[in-house]
Amino acid sequence: MSAAETTTAKVPPTRPSPSPRNGAGLPGGSTGTGKTVRKRTAGSAAVPWALLAPCLLIILLVMGYPLVRLVTLSFQSFGKSELWGFKDAEWVGFKNFSAILGDGEFWAVVVRTVVFTAGAVVLTMVLGMLIALLMQRVSGWVKALISIALVASWGMPIIVATAIFKWIFDTDYGVLNWLLSKLPGVEMAGHNWFASGTQGLAVITLLVVWGAVPFVVITLSAGLTQVPKEMEEAARLDGAGAWGVFRWVTLPILKPIIVMLTTLSVIWDMGVFPQVFVMRGGNPEAEFQLLTTYSYQKAFVVNDYSGGSAIALVTVLLLLGVVAVYMRQMLKIGEVE
Amino acid sequence: MTSTTAAPAAVQRPKSRSRRGRKGKAGWNAVGLLVFVVMGFPVYWMLNTAFKPAKDAIDPDPQFFPRPFTLENFRRAFDVADFWGPVGRSLAVSSVVVLIGIVLGMLAALAISRFAFRGRKIVIVGILAVQMVPLVAMIIPVFLLLNELGQYDKLTGLIVTYLTFVLPFTVWTLRGFIVNIPKELEEAAMVDGCTRTGAFVRVVFPLLAPGMVATSVYGFIQAWNEYLYALMLMSQQNQTATVWLGNFTTKNGTEYAPMMAGATMMAVPIVILFLLVQRKMAAGLTAGAVKG
Repeated sequence: MSAAETTTAKVPPTRPSPSPRNGAGLPGGSTGTGKTVRKRTAGSAAVPWALLAPCLLIILLVMGYPLVRLVTLSFQSFGKSELWGFKDAEWVGFKNFSAILGDGEFWAVVVRTVVFTAGAVVLTMVLGMLIALLMQRVSGWVKALISIALVASWGMPIIVATAIFKWIFDTDYGVLNWLLSKLPGVEMAGHNWFASGTQGLAVITLLVVWGAVPFVVITLSAGLTQVPKEMEEAARLDGAGAWGVFRWVTLPILKPIIVMLTTLSVIWDMGVFPQVFVMRGGNPEAEFQLLTTYSYQKAFVVNDYSGGSAIALVTVLLLLGVVAVYMRQMLKIGEVE
Repeated sequence: MTSTTAAPAAVQRPKSRSRRGRKGKAGWNAVGLLVFVVMGFPVYWMLNTAFKPAKDAIDPDPQFFPRPFTLENFRRAFDVADFWGPVGRSLAVSSVVVLIGIVLGMLAALAISRFAFRGRKIVIVGILAVQMVPLVAMIIPVFLLLNELGQYDKLTGLIVTYLTFVLPFTVWTLRGFIVNIPKELEEAAMVDGCTRTGAFVRVVFPLLAPGMVATSVYGFIQAWNEYLYALMLMSQQNQTATVWLGNFTTKNGTEYAPMMAGATMMAVPIVILFLLVQRKMAAGLTAGAVKG
């Protein structure tokens, strides 16, 4: 596979070579070459754009317009009367943003979201890497068992997973409280995991991590098969221990995958919504609010659509920092082809 | 010990290493089994609850096996609200989304992976960027847009909005599968007299088919699993399967046993589908990432 990839990567430079040869026959050597090359790209340019058109059109329609609308909304005053068309939306400049940024609760939500995202991503990546490495060391049948559990939790609809976790963590009849109470010296019967936001969000973190680890493990496992055995062996001969081999051989080779997975995890974990929403019965308490649920609540519970949009926009901007890193990685991949 | 001194070090070494390896393997296997138990427990608990009598589900001393084994919860799940309606709607929406997504997605994926053209980079960035906007951020304007277009509470409106996340994903994954098919195969076919289209249909398409199946299944699952848009854009009588699951929670609490039965009915077909394609998916999603 890797060989195929490198050959395709190297084909483009050799392919244009016939055109300079044709061009050489034209008067004026180098300029002629330039012309033919340009003509070639111009001629074939219509085809890819035609292929792309339907896809881009749909994305523009269902994504582009709402995105523009999101931005304009956040600079307007848009509530229930505007929604019903009794009133035209009024432009209010940065009023929505100053209202949000001046609100202490908003900053608490931002901090909570960042901590939650960071915690979930770090846990997902570390556990994912450990399990991927473990999968290389266990017997075949254990590997098969882990794979089944991974695929089952990966394929589990988020909403189903949320229902299951809600059930396991149930105050009165949840199996977890019962199990923990079996431990000597632990009395957890009737413990309400959602009484405090910290514990409740920890449970939600577990739920998110449980659902996210499989993708990381399976992707990293695929990556680990690409690590050349000879390099590991060479490092071992040079006196590297297990950690040394991992740090100096495995990790650098897996770096692009890890960057990609981490960025994707950040994007997904910052977008967590149904887990919190459903866990809290559609009405998360103040100490459970993340940026997503907070924006939702502003818009659809308080009917302040412009305030909700402003929060959503801030969320998107926050993500952009991460996206920039991811984008560079993806572009590199795109260039190789 | 005596054999140690007698045998040359070179022979001795692999022996001791393999013994340590075997012992190590047992240790790793134990850790692996622990991972299996922890990862698998929620799924097991769903199945266990689904098949035990509802009164046993709320026993403070939970049973680890459904005894007696009952299908009563499934019957109750069918009764809670119309089951086939939401499932039928989810099936319809997901199938149409995948059908449109895979056709348009393949054309677009072909364009960005097989053609060098001006603006290609911008298109790639655009398609990637679109994937990054969280759905929740879009819900307000999408809600307003559909409201204005008279598509609120309509399956067509839901289908169009689902395309926003299925389409970019489909393009990006199919791109991964296409790049893994050597260009030389197409070129060889063209040398043998095929047109560009002919080369694609006869050579690339058959090789791409498994990737397309995997992508379709994955896209189907994504659409099937979507919750937020389904909740916001559809009324009670038009709800989809994911939202239907919420019917077990009322003001009087949650009926966990029938809910787990409902969850089982929703999850098992999806997990099985998933099982069939996951290996292929991991390859498609990460194509080029390692080598990049």
